[in-house]
Amino acid sequence: MSADWDVTALLGGMARDLRPHVDPEQAGMIGIFTGGVWLARALHGALGLQQPLGQVDISFYRDDFSQIGLHPEVRASAIPFDVDGRDIILVDDVLYTGRTIRAAMNEIFDYGRPARIILAVLVDRGGHELPIAADIAALRLNATAGEHIKLRGPDPLRLELEVRGPQP
Amino acid sequence: MSPSTFRFGEGNLQYDAQGRLRHLLSIEGLRERELLQILDTAESFLSIANRSVKKTPTLRGRTIVNLFFENSTRTRSTFELAAKRLSADVLNIAVSTSSASKGESLIDTVDNLMAMQVDGFVIRHPDAGAAHLIARHLRESALVVNAGDGQHAHPTQALLDVFTIRRLAGPIENRVVAIIGDVLHSRVARSQIHALSILGCPEIRVIGPRTLVPEDLTALGVHVYHDLQAGLQGVDVICALRLQRERMESHRLPSLDEFYRRFGLTPTRLQWAAPDALVLHPGPMNRGVEIASEVADGPQAVILQQVSHGLAIRMAVLTLLAGAVGGGDEHA
Repeated sequence: MSADWDVTALLGGMARDLRPHVDPEQAGMIGIFTGGVWLARALHGALGLQQPLGQVDISFYRDDFSQIGLHPEVRASAIPFDVDGRDIILVDDVLYTGRTIRAAMNEIFDYGRPARIILAVLVDRGGHELPIAADIAALRLNATAGEHIKLRGPDPLRLELEVRGPQP
Repeated sequence: MSPSTFRFGEGNLQYDAQGRLRHLLSIEGLRERELLQILDTAESFLSIANRSVKKTPTLRGRTIVNLFFENSTRTRSTFELAAKRLSADVLNIAVSTSSASKGESLIDTVDNLMAMQVDGFVIRHPDAGAAHLIARHLRESALVVNAGDGQHAHPTQALLDVFTIRRLAGPIENRVVAIIGDVLHSRVARSQIHALSILGCPEIRVIGPRTLVPEDLTALGVHVYHDLQAGLQGVDVICALRLQRERMESHRLPSLDEFYRRFGLTPTRLQWAAPDALVLHPGPMNRGVEIASEVADGPQAVILQQVSHGLAIRMAVLTLLAGAVGGGDEHA
């Protein structure tokens, strides 16, 4: 099963909603691997941000490391600007439990102390397990546990809905 | 026992029942897949050294024991720092302060530490097979990393060497690598040769006197040279080995001076290799024996980068082994 979402239009909406919150000179943007980085590349250009784009791979920060171990493919995190005192726009594709965002924020704080973090996601699918909410979400859904929403890309970006039945 | 006929017990202790790497005992027997995963993970850990907080929470709550029955500064301190940067707690046990001198067996020592609920052992021991013995005893209850066992293996040294070659000299698949010195007795050289061949190095040369580099080393798939000039011709990477003084006592070498005259890496001889060939050395160096100070401190030497890389490699190894628990690939 798949749904008919226009990712380009959704990205346009994200950029429009972010613009009032962002000082392009000062703000830093960080995408979370993999989907968040794809989206952040587009948003970074659309918003005309002056600081180079940052990216984080949260594998070493996952709270389920002792249950499932290391992700088979780990990419290097790189934040090429000073985090201290800066407004950070954190970008991810799908907000679900909130655990990825928590891990990403933990990692960002190991680089420095930002003034503010704004969370921008393509989809907030519901099912949060932590008190973490998106400031900007192009799409807000109330998906069930059996529905999996995934961003495919990078070119073209496609948002897929897959129903795998109830979780074991 | 000759190193080339050395065999360790049943099966491959390094993998668990699900085929995941649980212990790192030797490079021999590893798949290319795991080697590449360790190297790629180490790339991610390299950048952490440049952050304001040089730590990740990955191994928070775990305890790693450094069990060293042989002296080592570099290996022990990089393993300690690697575990600490992963937020693990570290217990350092050196032979001089251990009960080994009181006659306690290796297994008894390990069992006592296991009773303190530790999660992993990094072990250096003068006897080949010591890390295997512990891994066979512990099975999957704790991870074991071999930090050097006798003349057998030193896998993390070889990993940091191939990591250094890959980062600074380019793809191993088209680089000619020469190892100079006492290859016969060197656990570093044996591990290097295995790592380079698994990663597809097209030509591995070993260079040294007949007593330390015997012809039958060709069984390992290497090219043997007893003449430094011939051996260095067209070489992209030179790995010098530390010459152990004990070798002269066993009459395999007339003198250190004699070795330096024939095989010491001097600026003039370095020119026999390819231009800009990299010079690696596992440390500690004998300046004026296997390597001249001008080369050790020169622009082609990457000996200090090897140390930084060793830290990242050891973080990657501990992370991968500690992560081989639970139920597989459920990555949401």
